[in-house]
Amino acid sequence: MRRLETLYRRRMIRIDQLSKVYEHGGTRSVVLDRLDFEVGPREIAAVVGKSGAGKSTLAQCVTLLERPTSGSVVVDGVDLTAASEKGLRTARRAIGTIFQSDGLFSRRTAAQNVALPLDYLGVTPAESKARVAELLDRVGLSDKADHYPHQLSGGQRQRAGVARALALRPRILLSDEATSGLDPESTRSILGLLRELRDDLDLSILLITHEMDAVREIADTVARLEVGRFTESGRVVDLLQDPTSRLGVDLQPHRASARAADGQEYLVVTYGRADVPTDWLVRASAELSAPLALLGAAVEVVDGVTVGTVTVGVVGDVERARRVLAELGLLPRGPVGAASAEPERGAAGSSASELIDTAPLDPTLEVVA
Amino acid sequence: MSNSNLVPVDQIAGLVLPALGDTIIMVGITMVVVVAAGVPIGALVHNTGRGGLFEQPVVHTLTGWIVSLGRSLPFLILMAAIIPFTRLVTGTNIGIAAAVVPMSVAGIAFFSRIVENALRGVPPEFSRVARAAGASRLQVIRTAQLAEALPSIVGGLTINTIAMIEYSAIAGTIGAGGIGYVAVTYGYQRFDTRVMLATIVILVVLVALVQFAGDRLARRLTPRLRFASRVSRDVPPARRSRVAA
Repeated sequence: MRRLETLYRRRMIRIDQLSKVYEHGGTRSVVLDRLDFEVGPREIAAVVGKSGAGKSTLAQCVTLLERPTSGSVVVDGVDLTAASEKGLRTARRAIGTIFQSDGLFSRRTAAQNVALPLDYLGVTPAESKARVAELLDRVGLSDKADHYPHQLSGGQRQRAGVARALALRPRILLSDEATSGLDPESTRSILGLLRELRDDLDLSILLITHEMDAVREIADTVARLEVGRFTESGRVVDLLQDPTSRLGVDLQPHRASARAADGQEYLVVTYGRADVPTDWLVRASAELSAPLALLGAAVEVVDGVTVGTVTVGVVGDVERARRVLAELGLLPRGPVGAASAEPERGAAGSSASELIDTAPLDPTLEVVA
Repeated sequence: MSNSNLVPVDQIAGLVLPALGDTIIMVGITMVVVVAAGVPIGALVHNTGRGGLFEQPVVHTLTGWIVSLGRSLPFLILMAAIIPFTRLVTGTNIGIAAAVVPMSVAGIAFFSRIVENALRGVPPEFSRVARAAGASRLQVIRTAQLAEALPSIVGGLTINTIAMIEYSAIAGTIGAGGIGYVAVTYGYQRFDTRVMLATIVILVVLVALVQFAGDRLARRLTPRLRFASRVSRDVPPARRSRVAA
């Protein structure tokens, strides 16, 4: 029994064979199709997908705001799918939810909004007041306590939303498109806040988003939801280093590269290992005794590992250049989509060709000055 | 001056003012009943509908029908039709008490729709926020629905109150007293233009006052309107320019 308990404890969120089917009249639409998913303690797990993929339904099923058709949702050892309506209210306190931008009640001040979960719980006003002050301070909004939502910027409103989600000291944060619609600076600051909270409060975070930048910025793992199925998942760094991963490719920023000079051929390579030497361009050029031209690059450090994709112009033997670069850890980008699994049964209406985006770093694109 | 039945000028106030008091009492009692019953009924109709907190299509349709029935009858007909019920409740079918019953029935149907409509205007996301924060259904209705819809409900309450003043005048014709009764018996039946004018002036002022008070209250309950002047100062420049663009 104890072993079973510790087993459960290891996973903050465990989703087993979760399905959600809507039936309206004669039509039956499968929104979530037997999903399995886990979020470990102190882990930031992202679920990405286009709109209509079932992301928000998944978010609502995790807190049982929507009742799944079948399957189970186990949060911090409690099976929510088996809980009564009253039991659910207790269990939901373990999950703090941050909603997209405007989840703040318009007739309450920032402080009153943050106090909501405490009010529902029946906390005494004095206790509530102290806790709210602490929370607002935590998210850097102490000076805006008495402001109404319309008097706050988008980023400040979302900070209040984060503070409210933290009110009942949850162990898990569920961020449902929390940074969508925010300007880049606010997005960065909210993501920074989330990471800080994970580190300070030992939270697990489930990040539901369509923004790949946010995933690269803070997520440890990522799974792609496509028409109700997870089509690809893994650690963010692993996916970024895998040139054959479609999700890995999509996670990277899409940038145009310069046009190659006459006689040069394009080669697109991905940082495939953690130990790629920083002077690889010089080394490879020396090895090939012909300088490689740098035509385009999107390189950054994620989780302490340099990742990214580089487009180089090669003169002469392209195969040899490919080999030399591969030895240095720069893997040629394979046919995009080759490694990703086809959506399985139930993913009606999806076709592989439709899902593959236009290849990023398209060498034929010109740099827009 | 040829009509000897005219009320002397110095007695008009003595005739009209107590009638005004009766009207205010009638409308006041009615509105207390209307709010007490209309808010829960409106919330029930809203939340039994699709996407509501307790989806119950049968209950939703049934309550919707009952409310519509109450709304569809002209007040004069409704008043006559429910006389047995009125007598059962008040023991009489004339006077203020008897008028309050049909006015309340009509008012509740009216106000239920106003509340339902106001709740429909609240983003459904608020209910999700409240539920995710651990609210019971009653807490969701109170904090995420009614509280957010309050300015709009107060606006509807104003319209409702004015309609009730009008209904009280109709009720006056069957002997309920009040301003309507005076207008009809003196102004209309006895061609006393001065009394008629006095009642008109009083009704206009009364309606204007109710409207003014309702507007003010609705504004006070809406932070965005209450602090309108502070918005431009607090919104960062980046947002402002985006709005302008």
